[in-house]
Amino acid sequence: MGTHPVIKNFSYCLAQVPDLVRYGSKPRRDIARDQGLEEKISRSLRSYPEAVCYPPNQTFVGNLTPEELAKIPRPWFQSRGGPGGGEPEGIGRFGEIADQELFLALLNVADVLKPPLFQPDELYRVRLEQRLASHPLFGADTSPSPPPPQPAHSPLSTPHPTSLPIYHRQERYGWFHRDQRAEGVDDENLAAHHLLENLSTKASAALALKWLLHREDISANQVDFVISCGEEACGDRYQRGGGGMAKAIGQMCGCNQASGLDIKNFCAAPASALILAGAMVQSGLHERIVVVGGGSLAKLGMKFQAFLAEQMPILDDCLASLAFLVTADDGLSPIIRLEPGAVGKVPIGASGSEESVYRSYLLEPLSRLGLDFTDIDKFAPELQNPEIMERSGSGDVAKKNYRKIAAMAVLSQALEKKEMNSWIQTIGMPGFAPTQGHIPSAVPYLGHATEAIRGERIQRAMFLAKASIFLNRCTDLFDGVSFIIERNPQLGPLEKQSNRQL
Amino acid sequence: MLTGKKTIVFGERDEISATATSACLKAAGAEVVYENTACFV
Repeated sequence: MGTHPVIKNFSYCLAQVPDLVRYGSKPRRDIARDQGLEEKISRSLRSYPEAVCYPPNQTFVGNLTPEELAKIPRPWFQSRGGPGGGEPEGIGRFGEIADQELFLALLNVADVLKPPLFQPDELYRVRLEQRLASHPLFGADTSPSPPPPQPAHSPLSTPHPTSLPIYHRQERYGWFHRDQRAEGVDDENLAAHHLLENLSTKASAALALKWLLHREDISANQVDFVISCGEEACGDRYQRGGGGMAKAIGQMCGCNQASGLDIKNFCAAPASALILAGAMVQSGLHERIVVVGGGSLAKLGMKFQAFLAEQMPILDDCLASLAFLVTADDGLSPIIRLEPGAVGKVPIGASGSEESVYRSYLLEPLSRLGLDFTDIDKFAPELQNPEIMERSGSGDVAKKNYRKIAAMAVLSQALEKKEMNSWIQTIGMPGFAPTQGHIPSAVPYLGHATEAIRGERIQRAMFLAKASIFLNRCTDLFDGVSFIIERNPQLGPLEKQSNRQL
Repeated sequence: MLTGKKTIVFGERDEISATATSACLKAAGAEVVYENTACFV
């Protein structure tokens, strides 16, 4: 056995939650100023089949490769049909696209507080429990519970003014409350919308973790450690952002032998978490580590204004989640390069210029490893779906990043300037992840890369994740994190690149 | 070149950061009265 940590398995899931778009940060703030807006948003929401058909979503869950997505003409939202022209499926090769009712069922079981945060009406509580019981991955863990005892003044009949109605297809399924206990009632951090954000992260992350365990065919008890890399901030007034999400997710999935912790690094947290997981495995501290990231409720509908203006469906209607299994070397799976100098970083003292940033987390790790730009078959930068970003004027983020990577290759004389565009075609891909902050940051390609390496289509991929840490208002710094995965050396060398199908 | 000029700087995470632009403007003698880098993702 070798000494490298490997990406043993992975999962990617989406939960299409159109009726929660109203609780995304941007829609929620705008609806508070314009009462008519909620109705306009409701009229622009996608159906579940439309979200399933959407080619970037099919790519996220592994039914299309990024290369196949690149060949599909835009606008993608008008595309119908799945890979090979068949009917697209909610079940993907990497995970699933959950519909809204299934997500509410997950939210219901994710809620462990008493009195509950999410309180479905009795009819819907039973329906949600039945829905989860029929799910192939959760069914074995759940059994319908007896109705909870009703308090003297039921919150259903007299919900707190700050409770949020939870809808599914125009039907009110119940309410989401703030922490109603005495110690929570005057804590602004325990308001309903904050707790809905946190519980949505937990529920969506649990879906990805369940899929990971299923794909790897291991029991939850075989997980040693869980690292959560979401962007939520759990905690009350004395420890806002205190964390604990990793163990909450692990608890929901029955990882009773595991401990865990949360990694925070804005959008780059998944990359940072994978590096940490690899280092912990390589040190021998843990054998089997899960890195998991739940979805961001706050970012639902972030670009809704552009979609309304163009009379398009609101495309940022999915919570996304992902999970990776990092283990000791199995001699087969792609290794994470973690020798000294292999991981890219942006030092605190680095200049904020683009050239300096890319020099730090792109050029220097390649140089330290003795690799040239052309030794990397695929680069994975920020992979936001351009169809969501361009409509709002933010441009094609992936393309911007590829141009900078190519520019650095030219500056370092690895590439002729005239070769930039064709090289980008080879090493790049379209963005296909929903605007979910940490989710699109490089790692959507990790599953595809793992398959491409196993399938001998590529030898090596580099992941470049950015973090807007200046958003914490405590610094003006920016961060970047990079790492490289490659074909397991125990499999021997791969045939020369010219013969490979990228 | 920009001595005595007051400037307002907007940057973007995936384009040019305001910090980098401000550094250039200051080097050219300008006073940066406001700067902000936006993150649209």
